[in-house]
Amino acid sequence: MSTIVLLLITGLGLGALYFLVASGLSLIYGLMGVLNFAHGSFLTIGAFIGWEVARRLSDGSWWALAAAMLTGAVVGALVAAATEFFLIRRLYNRHIEQVLVTVGLALASVALFEGIWGTDPTYVTSPSWLGQTTEILGARIPNNRFMLIVVAVLVLAAIVLFLKFTRYGLIIRAGVENRLMVTALGIDVRRAFTLVFAIGGAAAGLGGVLASIYYGYVSAHIGGSLLIFAFIVTVIGGLGSLAGAAIASVLVAVLQQFANFYLGGTGDLAVVLALAAVLLLRPRGLLGAKA
Amino acid sequence: MRSIWARPVTKIAASSALVLLMLLLPLLNISIPGVFPGPTYTPGTLQLLAYAMLIAALALSYHLLFGLAGMLSFGHALFFAAGAYGLGIVLRNFSPSWLPAGATFVAAILITVLIGFVLAALVGSVSLRVTGISFAMVTLAFAQAGSVVVRRNPGGQTGGEEGLTLDVSHVPDALVGVLNTRNLYWLSLAVLVFVYLVVLWVEKSRAGHVVAATRENEQRARVIGIRPYFVRLLIFGIAGALAALAGAAFLLLQSGVSPRVATPDFTLTLLVIVVLGGVGLRWGAVLGAIVYTLLDQRLTALAGSEFIARLPDLLRIPLSQPLFILGTLFILVVLFLPGGLAGLTERGGRPHRPSRRSRERMLEVEEI
Repeated sequence: MSTIVLLLITGLGLGALYFLVASGLSLIYGLMGVLNFAHGSFLTIGAFIGWEVARRLSDGSWWALAAAMLTGAVVGALVAAATEFFLIRRLYNRHIEQVLVTVGLALASVALFEGIWGTDPTYVTSPSWLGQTTEILGARIPNNRFMLIVVAVLVLAAIVLFLKFTRYGLIIRAGVENRLMVTALGIDVRRAFTLVFAIGGAAAGLGGVLASIYYGYVSAHIGGSLLIFAFIVTVIGGLGSLAGAAIASVLVAVLQQFANFYLGGTGDLAVVLALAAVLLLRPRGLLGAKA
Repeated sequence: MRSIWARPVTKIAASSALVLLMLLLPLLNISIPGVFPGPTYTPGTLQLLAYAMLIAALALSYHLLFGLAGMLSFGHALFFAAGAYGLGIVLRNFSPSWLPAGATFVAAILITVLIGFVLAALVGSVSLRVTGISFAMVTLAFAQAGSVVVRRNPGGQTGGEEGLTLDVSHVPDALVGVLNTRNLYWLSLAVLVFVYLVVLWVEKSRAGHVVAATRENEQRARVIGIRPYFVRLLIFGIAGALAALAGAAFLLLQSGVSPRVATPDFTLTLLVIVVLGGVGLRWGAVLGAIVYTLLDQRLTALAGSEFIARLPDLLRIPLSQPLFILGTLFILVVLFLPGGLAGLTERGGRPHRPSRRSRERMLEVEEI
């Protein structure tokens, strides 16, 4: 019993990380049709700069952590918005080229991070409470999992509220539904593009800081490894669907944890098999509106 | 009136002359400082050139997918790795007593290529159920799974992180050792020429025309009664088999293989190569592979040089990362040079080049 609780909550924590990456990917794809390979780099740069700030403030206090998270989100948003503005926008509606540019950016940025911060992982110091465990139903659960879950739920709520109750949220939802119609109504949908990139980048940058707490270190490849699972999550959840991304994040991460524990560390393979199964039974994903 | 360069006879003559030059290269003493590490007869240069040619063969097989069929796959490294690891594992475990040593070697290569084909058919049969961007992500997921399997070292066969070393007991002596780099060079050239000819044949075949038609306008192809699934699957399988062949030769050349070739990053490198050379052109893929490999090798040498070490940090850090320079170069090519390097000389556009507009239209149709 205690093992199951532990696996479930750890899975939820990992799912929270996946969601922070996948939410941006899914929104960007839904609105613009861009598969963003550079999303992992937004996460990595958010994590690196977030921790640089935290280290200068103080080591391991809650204030430093809050500053790191804020910085990570802001840096992620800025880098993402700049990417959209300087690279993606020039290739408006040329989807393959847009993907290629993000691929190039991902390769170049990871190399640059390695040049600046080195190839070895940088270990981070977080508040001591996060390193301790709490006992629930006999399972000793690392406290950082709870924080991951809380932050991801807050981010989900914030994005949903933004999409539901603001004018730009309305434009984005309408754009995901039918971009041509939004443009025809005289609304400049391109400003929404930058905005979506910034939101996705902020979530990813925040996710970067949290991922480095989860793993205990930051490295140039932290984003790339999460990105692949985020891709799988977005496909399983249905491209362009935020709710689908949230559900699929949890499903994928929990499945991964259980397979890792009970089937001899085959979590990654189980996830790919799940992807194949979903594609065979329901090619547009769990909640995807279109193929 | 077609110019003399566009006539088939001239093209065949020029290609033959180029192949002949490449054939003779190990016997000549040509040094191009800054491009090759030494004169062309030295093992170091031959090794580099052979490596570049195998990457070119791999890029050509990727061109079948991306250039001809318009399928943006992120999992092609899987089949290359299947070829390299497959041959290594087959050579170690497959030694029937009734076959002479040479025949065992040939049989092992054939089995490896077959493995590549079957694996590609399996992966393709699932991933081709979706198109466009979803297809890209699904192939990426499969490649990631392959990478995980290779690293996990199932049954002690792949060697995990350390990689696999070639078991030479069934390999002909002429293909073993530094002294025989020349033979490995010729082998790589033969693989490249063979792959080129197969790709040419596929492009000119019925299947090639059908798959090019579905790339240009899938809806229209469906309307006239073509079902793209099976012909795409066939192309996917052939590309997988060719990649496995290149992988098998890669194992022989390097006398080993590391899990690096199974990573999705390696596929991204391939994509960079094909786009750098020019999408949709066979020799664009070859040119891209040669330029990329030489640049990568030279930039790595440059990164470790005294000159770079003395620069201030702001210049030193980016310049000491070859992938940073190559990635930036790639972005610039995508932004400003849509036809790639080959496009520089192909001004005016050849009729069989896939037009960007039509591919966009295809994606738009999917979206609506």
